[in-house]
Amino acid sequence: MDSPFAITDAVASMPDCELARSPAETKSMLLDAGESALVRWVGAHGSEPTQDRVEGFRLLALHRQAALRDPTFNACRETCRELVYQCNAAEAQADAGERVRHFRLAAAVATHLFLFIDGKLENEKLGEFCCSSRPLRSQDAVGTSAETQSPASEGR
Amino acid sequence: MSDKYRKVAYYPGCALEGTGHAYNRSTKEVGKALGLELVELQNWNCCGAMEVKNVDPKLQTFLSARNLKIAEDMGFDTVMAPCNGCYHNLKKAEYDLSHDAASRETVEKLSAKSGATAYQAGHVNTIHALDWIRDAIGTEELGKRVKNSLSGLKIANYYGCMYTRPRHIFPEKDQGAGSESTSKPHFMDDLLAAAGAVNVEYPLKTACCGGAHTLSDSDTSTRLVLNLLTTAEACGADVIATECPTCHSGLEMHQMRAEKVFGKKTTVKILYFTQLLGMALGLSARRVGVHENFSDSRDLLKARGLG
Repeated sequence: MDSPFAITDAVASMPDCELARSPAETKSMLLDAGESALVRWVGAHGSEPTQDRVEGFRLLALHRQAALRDPTFNACRETCRELVYQCNAAEAQADAGERVRHFRLAAAVATHLFLFIDGKLENEKLGEFCCSSRPLRSQDAVGTSAETQSPASEGR
Repeated sequence: MSDKYRKVAYYPGCALEGTGHAYNRSTKEVGKALGLELVELQNWNCCGAMEVKNVDPKLQTFLSARNLKIAEDMGFDTVMAPCNGCYHNLKKAEYDLSHDAASRETVEKLSAKSGATAYQAGHVNTIHALDWIRDAIGTEELGKRVKNSLSGLKIANYYGCMYTRPRHIFPEKDQGAGSESTSKPHFMDDLLAAAGAVNVEYPLKTACCGGAHTLSDSDTSTRLVLNLLTTAEACGADVIATECPTCHSGLEMHQMRAEKVFGKKTTVKILYFTQLLGMALGLSARRVGVHENFSDSRDLLKARGLG
């Protein structure tokens, strides 16, 4: 499987005419890129990546699966939804120029998703990547400073 | 103009006294220009930011609750925090105190220890600078007060992550028409559009800037910021408007770092939304602290007849 970067780079470097030609295929490539980034995360934590779909998209099901064991993962929920939105918007566009524009935005979003997950994987031992998504009242956070250990690093 | 937020308590937070000084200055100047009054909290303390929260979340709740109590004791029912981190933490403290007995216990214990009365949830409402201007003035009235339209200036509005996440601490958001959206926030877009700007569609408006790891893993942060910058440019933006001092500093510093370390130069400018609004209201660039930004936008602003 190509890396998500390879996919998004390939989409980003496609000429407009090629990008507009087969929207279903381009959409699938971009969603695959997002999914493969999430699969890496889920797999790295020893789980079997889900084949389920949420609202018709495996990407959203994978995100839900990843966030279940690590609430900090909610920080990329909107990024996943934006990727789905941009891909849908592109596919639904009759205008070729608009279709290309949405696909290019989708590629940027997929790249961001990959960068986020990649950075998070790399830095897991350093603590929370996204402090805003820290579980606010996890059971182990009561009254002690033991919660400095990130939930993702527990049990490994 | 509504009386609702005409006079509110002001909690600038630590960042606005340091790297985000231009945000502090421009927020105050915009308030003055619009006839709104800010009364700074007396003897405020750090909101607990990221550092305290990561060591002991309950201590962070206490620190933020103390600020809310100060606002209450000063006779205010609303406190405005322009920094996303402070805004988030005050909201989180409010949520914790409403929903979590252990948080209430900790705050009561620490308050008693410091000889103060503990803050009780529900007495002070925390708002962001975006809520403040939008609700006190309204977009229609704001449009009428514009002296130098931002007309033609293409803006990518970047909200960052802490303004909308996690959703449950912002009960007033996602309440339908007129309320803020956590998935596609639009209050900054609305204000800048009222000032004449052209808002571009920006798909990364709430995406992570890597702020939490800006020092511990600069490369990851630089890559994330570079993607934010190149995407803004691809969307046709001249400027990225910010509403968080951490995001703003991160975008500026990593824009330079991306060029130095990765050889990737981007030219999109980075300005606080309050700086843009201030100039639209006829204030000079200097008065809203444009010279304090690392991202030098003076040539662009001059060319557009702003500041």
